[in-house]
Amino acid sequence: MSTLHTVNKSPFERANLQSCLGHAQKGDSVLLLEDAVVAAMAATAMAPKLADAAQSVKIFVLGPDLKARGLDPAGVADGIGVVDYDGFVDLAAENSTVHAWL
Amino acid sequence: MAYETNGKTVEADEEGFLVNINDWNEDLAGLIAKDEGIDMSPEHWEVVNFLREYYAEYQIAPAVRVLTKAIAKKMGPEKGNNKYLYELFPYGPGKQACKIAGLPKPTGCV
Amino acid sequence: MGDKMEEEYEGGVVKKFMFVNRKAPYGTVYALEVLEMVLISAAFDQDVHVAFLDDGVYQIKKGQDTKDLGHKNFSPTYRALEGYDIEKLFVERESLEERGLSEADLLVDVEVVSRADMAKLMGEMDVVMTA
Repeated sequence: MSTLHTVNKSPFERANLQSCLGHAQKGDSVLLLEDAVVAAMAATAMAPKLADAAQSVKIFVLGPDLKARGLDPAGVADGIGVVDYDGFVDLAAENSTVHAWL
Repeated sequence: MAYETNGKTVEADEEGFLVNINDWNEDLAGLIAKDEGIDMSPEHWEVVNFLREYYAEYQIAPAVRVLTKAIAKKMGPEKGNNKYLYELFPYGPGKQACKIAGLPKPTGCV
Repeated sequence: MGDKMEEEYEGGVVKKFMFVNRKAPYGTVYALEVLEMVLISAAFDQDVHVAFLDDGVYQIKKGQDTKDLGHKNFSPTYRALEGYDIEKLFVERESLEERGLSEADLLVDVEVVSRADMAKLMGEMDVVMTA
């Protein structure tokens, strides 16, 4: 049993990501999409928090949403995987539950 | 659509549910019932008044299943059952009785 | 998806659903929309859980009065959930404490659980929707 958490709000505007990380269980996956992709960038103030979370949960970011915002996948923090839409589908299939944090 | 009662025009939606619950009065209820082909008896009023009390307490029109159970709890199983309620309101106690009571359409009712 | 947890019920499959509220009422339409979703879900005979965390705890704060807003006060509707057989309501203790609230401030009977237990509970669901 594991859960794929999806987060779509920027952590600089809303606390969805913080709340999600506070409730994700060891072995769960977290996918950052839409406005939440900004949290994946190594240069942001969120980076230490995500590096910490990445020790117990797997963190991914949706590539097309990075690209749309002019964010370079090369600037994504270490330990965060960049996935495309097929990767999103695979993540949903690999986990027993999908939990959308809207 | 709209209802005309005591020289006043009361606004309703296309299905006949009142737009503003505060427009309701007993004369208007009788008029809506007539449109629905229902001649209001004391038994009809009992259900309509129950619905108004339920709405005042919970701010929603209950689903039929919930209404039936709540009536059974308050008035006993001989009234809190589908057969009794559908005999009073053939097109559905949720929809018809709520309309007569001036409430919105029950949530989740199509 | 969670096949072991499912049981047959009148020919259908019962899944564990959780609706998680984490926004205060009135400022946005989320709280009311989730409440409507919860009420509708009751018609499908599923195992429905409702949770309140973060600012979502304000949805069930006692003493709401929206008269001056011209907005309907839908907080009494949470008390109708019991009649819809939705009785599994959970509130996160840390969220209450962060806001200086306690169980006595809430208008419905709930089970207060720690953040860790809330996280565990979420992990046991088949479907979770947080808004």
